[in-house]
Amino acid sequence: MAELTEIRWHARAGQGAVTASKLLAETALLKGNYIQSMPEYGPERTGAPLRAYSRISSEPIEVHNNIINPDIVVVLDETLLSIVDVLEGISSQGILVINSADSPDTVRATIGAAPGIKVAAVDASGIALDTIKRDIPNTPVVGALAYISDIVSVDDLKQNLINTFGKKFSQQLIDANLESVDRAVKEVQVA
Amino acid sequence: MAEVTVLAATGNQMVAEAFRQAAPDVVSAYPITPQTAIVENYAKYVADGRVHTEFVPVESEHSALSSCIGASAAGARVATATSSQGLALMYEELHIASGMRLPIVMANANRAISAPINIHGDHSDVMGARDSGWIILFAETAQEAYDNSLIAFRVAEHPQVQLPVLTTLDGFITTHAMERCELLDDTTVADYVGQRQPCHPLLNGPAVGHGMFASLGGTYFEVKKAQRQAIDGAAGPIAAVGKRWAEVCGRSFESIDAFMCEDADYVMVVLGSAAGNARVVARELRAQGIKAGVARVRLYRPFPAEQLVETLKNAKAIAILDRSDSFGAQYGPVGLDTRTALYQCKRHIPTHNYIYGLGGADVTLQALHQVFTELRALAQGNLDQGLSYLGTR
Repeated sequence: MAELTEIRWHARAGQGAVTASKLLAETALLKGNYIQSMPEYGPERTGAPLRAYSRISSEPIEVHNNIINPDIVVVLDETLLSIVDVLEGISSQGILVINSADSPDTVRATIGAAPGIKVAAVDASGIALDTIKRDIPNTPVVGALAYISDIVSVDDLKQNLINTFGKKFSQQLIDANLESVDRAVKEVQVA
Repeated sequence: MAEVTVLAATGNQMVAEAFRQAAPDVVSAYPITPQTAIVENYAKYVADGRVHTEFVPVESEHSALSSCIGASAAGARVATATSSQGLALMYEELHIASGMRLPIVMANANRAISAPINIHGDHSDVMGARDSGWIILFAETAQEAYDNSLIAFRVAEHPQVQLPVLTTLDGFITTHAMERCELLDDTTVADYVGQRQPCHPLLNGPAVGHGMFASLGGTYFEVKKAQRQAIDGAAGPIAAVGKRWAEVCGRSFESIDAFMCEDADYVMVVLGSAAGNARVVARELRAQGIKAGVARVRLYRPFPAEQLVETLKNAKAIAILDRSDSFGAQYGPVGLDTRTALYQCKRHIPTHNYIYGLGGADVTLQALHQVFTELRALAQGNLDQGLSYLGTR
């Protein structure tokens, strides 16, 4: 893994972006990494656009500012594309993971992503509605991210999901979340 | 041997854990963003029976500190937490707590003060308490918020100190960011913090009064002199108690955390969470052959003037960063402190004071690079020794 990976999350309040960024960071922590996970707080209203940030590194992390040049951008809600420049500052070899039923080529054309940027699209909302029975796309998106990047393995992610969700959710809901990860791994398309 | 649990936790969670492990007899608090999770977590520990603290959910911060004062005077170990307008509402009790020499530990989630209203991190609130006679510590990270909070109990209750302690962490940046943290086992921490041995408790001892009427100079004047001597004299016990914690946890405790300052030409003086950003920039400059250093003030009151000057003595130019302003004064609070310390120790090194990050404004690496660039101009006499707002339009 790279010494420091910086991730920026774009979502609407209520979609679980903060939980997703914490799930990813905690999984990385359990594998011996240093982590940071922080939401950018503003007036909190369900549906309002929000950002969250994660840093994962094999070395201690000293910076505490917002992430300006992310290695990875995760978009939980594609309706944000028309109001937020999600690619702002992304590194030239960056990765974009988006919750979208469109193909990655269509997404790339829509937002004008440079050729060096890897675009991964997964219909996380569709998967969440099928498995979790609610449009909470965070778990399948993190599953897709784990699969297409080398930050954490899908198996470690699922194990951590069992450990953390096990404390507060029913077995049925945990199984649905695990299934959503498997579906995302199978269905994510990269271009 | 201490048992260590590695976990992902926010600064607020770590302060709540420190309080739980120090097991105060009384916690009286009122929630306010961005401190709420400290009080919320602590209330849960009480509800779950994990601590046997008398938890007093009061109706305001004024009442929170008032009841802490009563409980502390009675002889109890006492803790609370607040932020911003809450700390401002405690203003009169701040002075009563220190004047009565009560070893209360209070966490503060450093936040802007209204107006305009703003919930984000800066040091405007805590600087309003800097002359109130409390010992003040600034944490850089969630881990250090935990360490400082535990050290705070030992310092406050130290027989030679007997003063309240503010253990502060930056709002949102430290209170809400989840980081890799280490939690020591309860027994090790309990052994470290020990039990409070109250000097003149209202309960369980001969009848005494605290904070009694002291008219027209005389006793009042002498009590205040004793308070000045107590906080000045606290430096030694703070160093000893901090060093003891460093031995237990393996993380150092220095009142001034100096990074590559020995041979540095250009040094940045900073408090709290922005120090990590400053070190990253200093390291980048070192790689280019520019001798940059960072001096982080971890203990703010009593101000470690001699240690700071010792750290800065070889610098050609110094940037003093303030996350609050002292309107109408020549400089911001840290600017005033640092310049006074340099003058006191007869070191005439040019300084420039930067006000940064008010209302949670992001402290970008680019802005900190600009500061170091300006320090080179300052060393050559091409920048005045005044005050600038960093990164404003």
